[in-house]
Amino acid sequence: MIHALISSIRTLGKNTLGMINRLGKAGLFLIPSILGMLKVLRRPRLIIAQLYSVGVLSMVIIIVAGFFVGMVLGLQGYIQLATIKAESSLGLGVALTLTRELGPVVTGLLFAGRAGSALTAEIGLMKATEQLSAMEMMAVNPYERVIAPRFWAGLIAMPLLAAMFSTVGIIGSWLVGVSQFGIDHGIFWSTMQAGIDLREDIFNGVIKSAIFGLVITWIALFEGYNAKPTSEGVSLATTRTVVTSSLSILALDYLLTAFMFGGLD
Amino acid sequence: MTTALTDTDQNINTDKPIVRLENVDFGFDQRLIYKDMSLTIPRGKVTVIMGPSGCGKSTLLGLIGGRLKPKRGNIFFEDQCVNKARGNKLYALRREMGMLFQNSALLTDLTTFDNIAFPLREQTQLDENIIRLMVMMKLELVGLRGAHALFPAELSGGMARRVALARAITLDPSLVMYDEPFVGLDPISMGVIVKLIRELNDALGLSSIVVTHDVSEGLSIADYVYILGNSNVLGHGTPDEILDSQEPMVKQFIQGLPDGPVPYQYPADAYLNDLRHQDNGVDKTRIKS
Repeated sequence: MIHALISSIRTLGKNTLGMINRLGKAGLFLIPSILGMLKVLRRPRLIIAQLYSVGVLSMVIIIVAGFFVGMVLGLQGYIQLATIKAESSLGLGVALTLTRELGPVVTGLLFAGRAGSALTAEIGLMKATEQLSAMEMMAVNPYERVIAPRFWAGLIAMPLLAAMFSTVGIIGSWLVGVSQFGIDHGIFWSTMQAGIDLREDIFNGVIKSAIFGLVITWIALFEGYNAKPTSEGVSLATTRTVVTSSLSILALDYLLTAFMFGGLD
Repeated sequence: MTTALTDTDQNINTDKPIVRLENVDFGFDQRLIYKDMSLTIPRGKVTVIMGPSGCGKSTLLGLIGGRLKPKRGNIFFEDQCVNKARGNKLYALRREMGMLFQNSALLTDLTTFDNIAFPLREQTQLDENIIRLMVMMKLELVGLRGAHALFPAELSGGMARRVALARAITLDPSLVMYDEPFVGLDPISMGVIVKLIRELNDALGLSSIVVTHDVSEGLSIADYVYILGNSNVLGHGTPDEILDSQEPMVKQFIQGLPDGPVPYQYPADAYLNDLRHQDNGVDKTRIKS
């Protein structure tokens, strides 16, 4: 009994120390990455190439998901609002939900699954096949050549994808609210126009999604760069990217929401 | 421990060596790879490093290239301490080294042409026309000019190795390191690589280090040989001297004997204990019954 207790305390301690150790490593990984990010600004072509694979190739899943999420919001929103005769506020409600919360968060979760996992697998395989070592031996800094352009791409692509998600989501809810349930077209848009604040809602949403983009890309690149150079190691790193970045987004979202929209004053 | 080969040692000492390892200790975690190891790589020659699996042959290339740091001792390349060099200084040293990795390590998203052009584009400000000229010359040298548009996935193992070789010499280094260049190649491809290593070394005035456990190919190409094992140099000399060596471990390795100073069995507990599932004095078969 005592042995089992000591053993579980020991495991807990070991895991905690392991987690702190990884956090420290991830912090140290960030320093050369940021230095590389400053240097790679002189080579925008590298960033554009990554923007394509990280951003453009994620567009389909984001747009399709945004459309359905918007339609569901329109449907549920209408049903609930209609019970208190407030269906005219559907446009505003959906727009606030999407720009403040669902846009950044759901895009972040999808981005982690689509682009984050791909980044980890790519970097992990580059490491396993010694491509990163080969670059080092050619006197090319992998942080500058490989990591930094991907960091920029994640940072730039996420707010754009979140904006697309929200836009398409609003169109989806408009389709349901106006076409299916007959809400007045003008009221749908005018309540939205009157109620949405550029700084409070749009700008905060953009900041949120940029922070999510940074965190997802950081986790994905760190996991790939530190993956064991085996098929099992790369697979484990990819899974870890999706799990860690998804949980980080949800936890960060609460903190950012409290900070931006009140609660931590 | 080291085979006495004084005549060749004198030759090496009179020629200024391109690489020197001095009293190097190195290990991964608790596992010791090198203990107080010293060796010199002669200039302008093909030096072959051989030894049993896990003796640290490839590790040696990692240390010379500055990718690994020793726990003690120093590594000098052209009289500059590699293990103390950082950042741009280390990159400046690496520009003088070329390296062929075991699995070629070609960048999979680039064509053969772009792979060879990669170091030129990254390290120089040369015009694209000149880069094209230089890349085509290197490709002609390794006989793959016709494959310049192919991606690494479209190349055979031997072709990929040749492309990687062309890339390794793109910046005209003074030292080229080959990590297991003969592994997984058919006899024709192996013959091509052997020929290329020898010819490039002589024609371009390079110094070459070839890490291999392939005895016949290694000895056929070598000007000088080091045999590693037991965390140090077991023997060194010209290929003939190595073939005549009476050092038991060198003999076992060269003759490919399954048992000898390097034991056939991995260290284990008493055989009977394992057969009876005994562990730490507890008989598991008895517990189960």
